[in-house]
Amino acid sequence: MVSIQNLHKKFGKNQVLSGLNLEIKEGGIFAVLGPNGSGKTTLIKCLLGMVIPNKGKISVLGVNVKNGSDYRNKIDYLPQIANFPSNLKVKELIKMIKDLRGNTTLDQDLINLFKLEPFLDKKLGNLSGGTKQKVNLVLTFMFDSPLIILDEPTSGLDPISLIRLKNLIQNEKAKGKTILITSHIMSFVEEVSDEIVFLLEGEIYFKGSISELKTKTNQPDFEHAIASILTDNHA
Amino acid sequence: MLKILKYSFYDLMRSRWSYVYFAFYLLLGVVLLFLNNDLSKAVITLMNVIIVLVPLIGTIFGVMYYYNSKEFTELLLAQPLKRSSIFLGQYLGVAISLSMSLILGLGIPFIFYGLFKSSAIWDFSLLLITGTFLTFIFTALAFNIALSNENKIKGFGYAILLWLFLAIIYDGVFLMSLIMFEDYPLDKLSLIGTMLNPIDLSRTLILLKLDISALLGYTGAIFKQFFGTNFGLIVSISMLSVWVVMPVLRIIFKAKKKDF
Repeated sequence: MVSIQNLHKKFGKNQVLSGLNLEIKEGGIFAVLGPNGSGKTTLIKCLLGMVIPNKGKISVLGVNVKNGSDYRNKIDYLPQIANFPSNLKVKELIKMIKDLRGNTTLDQDLINLFKLEPFLDKKLGNLSGGTKQKVNLVLTFMFDSPLIILDEPTSGLDPISLIRLKNLIQNEKAKGKTILITSHIMSFVEEVSDEIVFLLEGEIYFKGSISELKTKTNQPDFEHAIASILTDNHA
Repeated sequence: MLKILKYSFYDLMRSRWSYVYFAFYLLLGVVLLFLNNDLSKAVITLMNVIIVLVPLIGTIFGVMYYYNSKEFTELLLAQPLKRSSIFLGQYLGVAISLSMSLILGLGIPFIFYGLFKSSAIWDFSLLLITGTFLTFIFTALAFNIALSNENKIKGFGYAILLWLFLAIIYDGVFLMSLIMFEDYPLDKLSLIGTMLNPIDLSRTLILLKLDISALLGYTGAIFKQFFGTNFGLIVSISMLSVWVVMPVLRIIFKAKKKDF
């Protein structure tokens, strides 16, 4: 599904990714974890072609990321911070993205799911953070793509929306899709993910299932297992 | 690219500033015609305003639009769209909407005044053409500056400096060098010097079309010989086109390498 070889990225003097290798097979939910500044978002942006790597090769569904932009038709991406043009209405934004990417009928179901109907005629600048995130989720899930990338999907969501999101993610997984998630909410990661990829200082520190991580670190629960990696490496 | 162009254009058409800009030209056109009562004289006054103002507005608007639509750009970058089409679409959206404000704002009062029956129609058209060229040139330069500077304040600073340099400082330096080297034959040098600055080039082009080159003395005669002919006109227009194409190419080049 996704194959990354020897990925390097530097921002000025700040080496963010240094020789990262990662293979993600088709189907399942993968969580990309790591402390702040470990390069999670950079990695995702490299996959999307928003950040141009200094070195290395990335291919998504067998297509080299450098060769054109059509491969992004196969990716649904949820950006970390929902920054939308503030003078557009929700309805107009959805229509515009549909116009740019091709038509879909899934948007209505998602609008109903997240109860966004009353906000459709409001301008994006006037929405609360949580509502913006719901719009963001609608825009992401309304295209039925085989690869879904979610950068901090839970931020700002209320408990009921969080449950809906989890169901939505499980439904997508059941369809055989590959889902990449980054999050700092460990309970969420533990609940949804099949496999985790732990980034530390621009390299992959651990890749495997949560139970493997617990055995490796000798910790009874997931949150402490993550914490022990961080204290061992930063203490 | 056309879809991005469409959205940028609509976005700008809905913004207050396009109307302010349009209304300004409308007012300027009406007032000038009312005070001057003479089309050709109004064209000369207009030229002086346009030559300085159009580049300024193009630069400021270009930089402002780029920084303001950063979020929109990031949203677009994650979609299956080519980078070059995103940025070219936005650039053309800004440049076309600004040019429309200029052409409609000035065109309407002049048409009502009886432009089509007047002999000034060619001068006026040339004025609008160079105004449009200047808009495209300076918006492209502004996009270049904004693409190269993450920091808004720096971006604005450089943009203003660029305008100041090309609109005012360049002329000063040019004039000083002409005075210093006045013992040497300078016709070729001054022709080239004029060509290298789009603002000077536009000004000279219009002035010489307006048949007031007699005021410029000997240099005026040489300029007239060059710019007044069809050959000169073609060279000048192609030079202005080069001034559009070069920055646009750099936008494409820069956009391909940038991280977001």
